[in-house]
Amino acid sequence: MMSDTTNVMLVGVGGQGTILASRVLAQLLLDAGFDVKMSEVHGMAQRGGSVTTHVRFGVRVAAPTISPGQAHFILAFECMEAARYAHYLTKDGVIIANTRRIPSLPILIGREAYPDDIASRLTALGVNVHWLDASTVAADLGNVRVENTVLLGAFSTFLAFPEDAWAQALRTVIPAKHIELNLAAFAAGRRLTHQ
Amino acid sequence: MKTLMSGNEAIARGAWEAGVRFASAYPGTPSTEILENMARYREVRSQWSVNEKTALEAALGASLGGVRALCAMKHVGLNVAADPLFSSSYTGVNSGLVIVTADDPGCHSSQNEQDNRYYARAAKLPLIEPSDSQEALDFTRIAFELSEEYDTPVLLRVTTRIAHGKSPVATGERTDAKAPAYERTMAKYVLVPAVARPRHAAVEERLARLQAYAESSPINRIEWGSRRLGIISGGAAYQYAREVLGDNASYLKLGMGYPFPDALVRSFISQVEQVVVVEELEPFLEQAVRALGMGAEHRIEGKSLIPCTGELDSRTVALSLAPVSAAAKCGPADLSAPGRQAEQVVGRPPMFCAGCPHRGVFYELGKLPVMVSGDIGCYALGAMPPFSAMDTCIDMGASITAGLGFQTALDILRPDRPARTIAVIGDSTFFHSGMTGLLDAAYNDVGVITIILDNRITAMTGHQENPGSGFTLSGAPAREAQLAAVVRAIGIEMVQTIDPFDLSQVREAVAAAMDSPGPSVIIARGPCALLRRLAVKRPVYRVDQDTCRRCKACLRVACPALYVEGESVQIDAETCVGCGVCSQVCRFGSIKQAGAAEDGDE
Repeated sequence: MMSDTTNVMLVGVGGQGTILASRVLAQLLLDAGFDVKMSEVHGMAQRGGSVTTHVRFGVRVAAPTISPGQAHFILAFECMEAARYAHYLTKDGVIIANTRRIPSLPILIGREAYPDDIASRLTALGVNVHWLDASTVAADLGNVRVENTVLLGAFSTFLAFPEDAWAQALRTVIPAKHIELNLAAFAAGRRLTHQ
Repeated sequence: MKTLMSGNEAIARGAWEAGVRFASAYPGTPSTEILENMARYREVRSQWSVNEKTALEAALGASLGGVRALCAMKHVGLNVAADPLFSSSYTGVNSGLVIVTADDPGCHSSQNEQDNRYYARAAKLPLIEPSDSQEALDFTRIAFELSEEYDTPVLLRVTTRIAHGKSPVATGERTDAKAPAYERTMAKYVLVPAVARPRHAAVEERLARLQAYAESSPINRIEWGSRRLGIISGGAAYQYAREVLGDNASYLKLGMGYPFPDALVRSFISQVEQVVVVEELEPFLEQAVRALGMGAEHRIEGKSLIPCTGELDSRTVALSLAPVSAAAKCGPADLSAPGRQAEQVVGRPPMFCAGCPHRGVFYELGKLPVMVSGDIGCYALGAMPPFSAMDTCIDMGASITAGLGFQTALDILRPDRPARTIAVIGDSTFFHSGMTGLLDAAYNDVGVITIILDNRITAMTGHQENPGSGFTLSGAPAREAQLAAVVRAIGIEMVQTIDPFDLSQVREAVAAAMDSPGPSVIIARGPCALLRRLAVKRPVYRVDQDTCRRCKACLRVACPALYVEGESVQIDAETCVGCGVCSQVCRFGSIKQAGAAEDGDE
């Protein structure tokens, strides 16, 4: 059986850089010698819709996607998205979640309110969530757009890969002109969860 | 050293390695990246065609002319290209021709879930189906060999998960294909009836030879595991079955689903206790299996267990196989446990971007008592609240022609109470298949009003150039088709070009068109907000909280930059691009350009 496979979901809002973060993760795993499958759905992703990427790695990975109940980790780039995909977690799965709140269309047009109880609902479900404010950390570094790399840095402490390997993957995927900022963002993210 | 590639990248790489010299496509999710990747290889002449029919005809012509050619499209694109597809089966090829169809189970970005494997059977062409990126590369190379050896176009079918899914790939080197000399061969290429009749016989003879190939080709393989259960599968479905059953089953993995390897399948079925055909969408393989007539002596399941709607995933396949295999598992999840329920949170549908040129048009259309005939593109979002300004969205180009029909029905049923139909269509979609429909409207003098949303790019699929954008696929400057001149040449006399960011222009143009009984065209010309080369830096807007009446009318433009904070509406300066549509719907003049008062400071 494929029980040696680890499943990671990255969820967020179009424009938040979830796909780029997924590519860094997949590159790291490929460099480390794993079989990797990464699945993303394009289409209307740039138009503010919900975006998910599935990354699976192990000795041999068959299915391209993660089913509900299978994700060992969810990296949530936005608060409400953390709840939307929580049922994908395994029983003991972990969510690393950004506290950033991005209102969706029904909220923007005043038909719904942004839920205030996401954290308490996830706690009530018994989900292991690590909340962090990656957007502020990124903004402090000079560009909120690197919140994706801050989150990746925070997530990196949950996997047993050396920081060098992550840096190498970042250098492979991120264009040279943005690499220094991203390396700083990664390091800052790593400090958020490094005990 | 392996690299991580999407299936689409791997198909392009495989085609390049196979010595392809010409590639054509019309963009369409999930196929678009095939040509975008082809365009990186300078040995290949790659082009966006205006639609899938012209793309396939060009690729066939290139093949006849002596160069290997690839043509790619999404599943519904093959409907548009069906005419040359069927003819190309009869003409055969000169140099290799591979046609890629990218199907979209689950309708991630499509209007239907059609299963294009049936096209292979209907057009009598070999069908190749990879299950990951490595196979996408390898099978593309094989497809070109097959095409030339058997004198046939080859249909390479992928689905969204194969096209967009990334997995490790070992690449090879490019082999220059030989360029066979073209010889005028009326008996093959001129499909008049006297030629077509014997060509049909040649196609049947070719199929028999291809079937013999399918019986022994390594592209169809058996992976032996437990013989208590035999799985017959292909494409992404094979991966889900493999994930769920591992070595608790044996697999007949069909990389070539048509022609069907009857003897191989018979042999496999006779060596396992029971068989399940696991495939996404239609029972394409299952029907071929059942036609072998082994059902009386062998237990064979298929769509009796596996759903024929929607995209498969591991859990769906595991639950479907549970009745026939206790070993069916889905990763760490216990199938018998329901698991966590999905949390109910506010939806996050896609929406028009800040600064989108479509916003103002649909804001105005939503106020009018008209039928709005929609089309395929980002602007289908105009059907969604708060605009709710679209009646139909059918297929590429249908806005004008279905609008023509609807207008005719109105004219027949309500001659005393004039009512109007307004077709909305993007620039790329207009070039694709709107022009012919507009010609129908002009020729038959039907008073459908057409709004061409000319955002200067093919936006929804991720900014591909088109005949009106001024650039080719490779980024070279191109002749720019002039929409207004095209429309006039078709015979439309009333042509208005407007700025869609100016709502009064939208209102006045539509009113003028409705006052005119005949067919007319409004060209709403404003660049896609995401198109950097045409981006205009404009001051952002802000809400003057002193004069704002809190009526929230501005929220009806559904802009991502506007949000409610307590009772007040705010504009996020980071998101706003200064298009000004919101300020025009404010009756109290409370939405102003930020910094307008400070201009003197600079």
